[in-house]
Amino acid sequence: MSKEVVLQVKNLKTHFTTSKGIAKAVDGVDFTLHKGETLGIVGESGCGKSITSLSLLRLIPSPPGKIVAGEILLNNKDIVKMKEEELRKVRGNQLSMIFQEPMTSLNPIIPVGEQIAETIRLHQRLPRKKAWQKAVDLLELVGLPSPEKRAKQEPFQLSGGMRQRVMIAMALACTPEVLIADEPTTALDVTIQAQILELMKDLQRQIGMSIIFITHDLGVVAEVCDQVAVMYAGQVVEHRNAKDLFKTPLHPYTQGLLRSLPNIYENQQELQTIEGSVPSPYDYPVGCRFADRCPHAREICRAEAPDLLEMNNAETKVRCFMHTEKWEAIEEKEELVCP
Amino acid sequence: MFLFIAKRLVQIIPVILGVTLVVFLIMQMVPGDPAAILAGEGASQETIEQYREDLGLNRPIAEQYLSYVGNVFQGDFGNSLKNKQPVLDEILLRLPITMELAFYSILITVALGLAAGIISAVKPYSIRDVSVMVVALLGISLPSFWLGLLLMYLFSVKLQWLPVAGWDGPANIILPALTLGVGGAAIVARMTRSSMLDVIGQDYIRTARAKGLKEHFVIYKHALRNALIPVITVVGLQFGSLLGGTVLVESVFAINGLGRMIVDAIRTRDLPMVQGGVLVASLVFVFVNLLVDVLYRAVNKRIDLN
Repeated sequence: MSKEVVLQVKNLKTHFTTSKGIAKAVDGVDFTLHKGETLGIVGESGCGKSITSLSLLRLIPSPPGKIVAGEILLNNKDIVKMKEEELRKVRGNQLSMIFQEPMTSLNPIIPVGEQIAETIRLHQRLPRKKAWQKAVDLLELVGLPSPEKRAKQEPFQLSGGMRQRVMIAMALACTPEVLIADEPTTALDVTIQAQILELMKDLQRQIGMSIIFITHDLGVVAEVCDQVAVMYAGQVVEHRNAKDLFKTPLHPYTQGLLRSLPNIYENQQELQTIEGSVPSPYDYPVGCRFADRCPHAREICRAEAPDLLEMNNAETKVRCFMHTEKWEAIEEKEELVCP
Repeated sequence: MFLFIAKRLVQIIPVILGVTLVVFLIMQMVPGDPAAILAGEGASQETIEQYREDLGLNRPIAEQYLSYVGNVFQGDFGNSLKNKQPVLDEILLRLPITMELAFYSILITVALGLAAGIISAVKPYSIRDVSVMVVALLGISLPSFWLGLLLMYLFSVKLQWLPVAGWDGPANIILPALTLGVGGAAIVARMTRSSMLDVIGQDYIRTARAKGLKEHFVIYKHALRNALIPVITVVGLQFGSLLGGTVLVESVFAINGLGRMIVDAIRTRDLPMVQGGVLVASLVFVFVNLLVDVLYRAVNKRIDLN
């Protein structure tokens, strides 16, 4: 079964030049997004998730940020190499984005309907009235009550959940092929979260778009994602089918993450944690970036950096020596030393 | 909105009282006797006393003040001590000139200031930004009377492009308006720059870029309108110091406006004239501030005026 690839990111590196040195916020990210699928990018704060998503649209503030290497192939066209004008035609049209903060991501003094309509006018060249009508329709589609009235209001007159619905309507305005949602529910309370997630799944079925869902919430991933890319210290360490990932996590970091989830069936006194802390993006270790926190780490892990390698099928990739032939040799050796 | 404007208009009454009181007291304190000045040098003591009697200057201060304020509220600003003409007539003759000068000056302040501020903010820390800001710093530092003389020397005396002084036509407006407007423009430029930089860093500007909008749309439609909010306040305040500036600039360029009228009146201790002039200037300032608040609300509907 070969699914159509919409977006492929290869070895993406986004670095920031600061007075403290070069921060390698994104340092070798690879993932593949298929048509109609949802890919979750997960990882803890500071692992480079948001910078990855901003890089996809080339929205990194520059200076200090810069995409220094890699390819972002949208339908086989490299976004990294695009000229400004070409890029503008992609932004908000083929590739659009929902941001983390609905409270601050809308312009405070422009009516929300206009903020949606301007995208429509820009990319679809519709006249003012038709674009406005479409904006109102979109607001209805995302479940905003009395859309006609709301469209004329400014963001401060809307609640957080409503604003996020407006953001979604704005992102969907030109029926994008790929929607990037950067923690769209983090700033919302739980009931609104559930509604927004349901809405996104619903709209995905209707429009048939692909979604990149960026989150640190594994519960959300389990609910909405088909594929998952786990990020650690600026790299993807595991890229897999969501069901398999939750059943049999391969990378020690993923295993640690899943173990640290609270379990409602057990009476836990303390939550499990991963010992140690994330290495600084200014100074990554030579070998595996997780080695210092990994219970399985061996000499080789500190000496060499592992690659993101395909396992038995192309959909499963993991960045760890444990799943290579080298590891078997090491284990054999260890058994010889201490049987 | 209507209620707000009505409230503000009522608040003008205490402002009038305050302004008249302050000016009245200051004029009482400055040395020099109006009666003696009017009577002329070498006049006999009797003549001076006669003047004092005629002008009511020998009544108690409180009585003089109260009768003045009472007349003001009836539209009577008194008569000039010098030529016995009603002060209001003189003011109505002079005010349009000063207002015209102020209008063109504030136009220069806003146009020059906004343009410079935007140019700087779009490429912060570039050579362009730094040079614009250095010029702005110079603009703030130059005293207007000196700048006026400098401009006059260059454009009127050396190059002979523009008239030296007077108020006869459009060409006469350029130099004084520039002299008055430049300082404000520099302040507005610095304010616009910092406000723009602040806005450009906001999340909603990133959203606008993510939509695929052209950069000039992002700057003018999404950033500038938000950045203008604090700038409007500064322009309003600038108008106040601009009115003060007319006093100097009208004297330098020999323009018969309100500012020069006040200066002349102070020199001759023409108390009713000074009071009338300052009162009208204050009223203009109060109205401009009201206008600023209304504008403020028009740009930013989040502000509740009441």
